[in-house]
Amino acid sequence: MMILESMRMAWRSLMMGKLRAFLTMLGIIIGVGAVIALISIGQAATGSVTSQIQALGSNLITVTPMRSAGAVLYYPQDVAWLKQVVPQISADAPLMTGQVTSDYGSQSYATTLMGTSPASLQIQGRKLAAGRYIIASDVTYRRAVAVIGPTVEQQLFGVTSGLGKTIYVNGTPLAVIGVLQSAGGSFGANADDVILTPVTTAEEILGTNQVSSIIAEARSSDIAPLAVAQIEAVMDARFASQNAAVVVSQDQILSALSTITNTLTLMLGGIAGISLLVGGIGIMNIMLVTVAERTREIGLRKAIGARRGAILTQFLVESGILSLVGGAIGALLGGLGATIMARALGWSGGVATNSIVLALGFSLVVGIVFGMWPAMRASRLDPIEALRQG
Amino acid sequence: MADVIRVESLKRIYRMGDVEVAALQGLDFAIPEGQMVAIMGPSGSGKSTLLNLLGCLDRPSAGRYFLGGEEVGRKSDDALADVRNRRIGFVFQNYNLLPQLTALENVELPLVYRGLGRTQRRKRAEDALAAVGLAERRHHRPLELSGGQQQRVSVARALAGEPDVILADEPTGNLDSTSGEEVLRLFLALHKSGRTIVIVTHDEDVALHTERIVRLRDGRVVADDPVPASSRHTLGEVQEL
Ligand SMILES: Nc1ncnc2c1ncn2[C@@H]1O[C@H](COP(=O)(O)OP(=O)(O)OP(=O)(O)O)[C@@H](O)[C@H]1O
Ligand SMILES: [Mg+2]
Repeated sequence: MMILESMRMAWRSLMMGKLRAFLTMLGIIIGVGAVIALISIGQAATGSVTSQIQALGSNLITVTPMRSAGAVLYYPQDVAWLKQVVPQISADAPLMTGQVTSDYGSQSYATTLMGTSPASLQIQGRKLAAGRYIIASDVTYRRAVAVIGPTVEQQLFGVTSGLGKTIYVNGTPLAVIGVLQSAGGSFGANADDVILTPVTTAEEILGTNQVSSIIAEARSSDIAPLAVAQIEAVMDARFASQNAAVVVSQDQILSALSTITNTLTLMLGGIAGISLLVGGIGIMNIMLVTVAERTREIGLRKAIGARRGAILTQFLVESGILSLVGGAIGALLGGLGATIMARALGWSGGVATNSIVLALGFSLVVGIVFGMWPAMRASRLDPIEALRQG
Repeated sequence: MADVIRVESLKRIYRMGDVEVAALQGLDFAIPEGQMVAIMGPSGSGKSTLLNLLGCLDRPSAGRYFLGGEEVGRKSDDALADVRNRRIGFVFQNYNLLPQLTALENVELPLVYRGLGRTQRRKRAEDALAAVGLAERRHHRPLELSGGQQQRVSVARALAGEPDVILADEPTGNLDSTSGEEVLRLFLALHKSGRTIVIVTHDEDVALHTERIVRLRDGRVVADDPVPASSRHTLGEVQEL
């Protein structure tokens, strides 16, 4: 019998019990919807994280001396030293970090102070929204100036601009000379919650001349791994330790993060896949009930000349339609959910097309695999026995 | 005339565990083309068992069955399905129409399994429905039809495939006398147009409308007599179908 006839036949039977057909599909709808939504969201998250990190400049290397290994770096001598002994880097800058309280009028906000030098703007790939950045003379003359992140500006000044105002950082008055542009997205949250000052000014506020880390720029992204190795070597040699510093390049962070997000995406997809499997079992369950209920119909069809294959096809098509229509509805809902979610989180990238193809294909396979057993049962029924029932 | 149906020492033994029920204990008879035969006998005498064998729904335990000169007893399942599809028309006591299909679609069903194209199928099904007087009811579903009408649809379904034989197991058993008579009239009309018909019935009156009565008891033929024209019951003028 032609497959078209089977489909018409299956459709008629399904239309006999619309509510049941819908409830049967529900498992597949939820399964496919979940797979598509979760994979799409996972891929959007990966893409968003990746692009944000790439925006920071792929040549960025962060060197954090390990105090536990006896490694301590000081400004300014060690920043100059590093650049000198590692020819693979084109620039470096200190980061002197501490937790501080900032005040403006009655507003008070706890944030991170970072003392640094002019090179850090370019090394970190940041941009200014207003004003200017720290310049060499600010560092030389220990000027009481600050460049603030957008989060700090918003906390202290609300909707008005902070440029030109004086804020108090741990009691020290600093003139706001610049405001950073947001690093963007969820990943930028920390990068925006910061007050930057000349490293010399930070020394006074924090009462130290040890740097938390040195950031450096490799001459090219090709050379970055080499630069990392060289920095590790000079640090280890200098402090006579195996792990004098943690040296990370942007590439390493990127690949580590994509590994994490990819694993997460797969895991989410896998969990959703299980619900698809449960949906498949639901289809099998209902198809078994259907075959049992329609034993007489099967007997009659056989009595008037349906071959085994025709009966098998009829029930397979029926479960195939259930799973495919369910899959299509699920894909629609899942795609919609993913799009809404991505919009809400400000992520680019819509529905993962590969997840749609995957989920639809999988749901069809589920329908056929789980429909197979009931359909085989139907096709093997003895016509007389079947006709006698009911 | 040639025999459409011929059985030789036909046996059917049901096995249920250690118990064996010999439902048919060796039957020999032949039915020539165009004959209308009634099979009678008390309950449990093997009438339905015999009709199932003749209809290729079941296989004999022993003996031979020739349908149109060809032995069918040993064919494969699918080959038997094709025989049922092309050469047998079944009418059941309880109609056995599919509730999700319209009258017309029910009549089409055997032709679907035959692989006939849609327009051809529809034409033949419409003709068959018209022949049983249900042309206007073709888009009704079985539950919207009376018992008698449903049985007429099932006769149309048996008819649409243009089978060699029409087999009916107590076709009037569920019907009141008026609808029963309508259905019987259909069989008589089919007979008049030359078809071979085997009817299992408990109703002596129905049997007396046929040409020959085969009586079974305990799986054996105990009587096989023509119905003499003098005692034949009639329904007045019957149109050919
Ligand atoms: N599937 C089966 N398994 C076991 N025994 C069966 C089976 N079908 C029929 N029989 C037995 O075979 C015998 C003949 O049954 P059959 O149904 O042919 O009788 P029947 O003449 O059609 O009776 P009725 O007039 O009540 O329909 C009975 O003894 C019955 O119990
Ligand atoms: Mg019977």
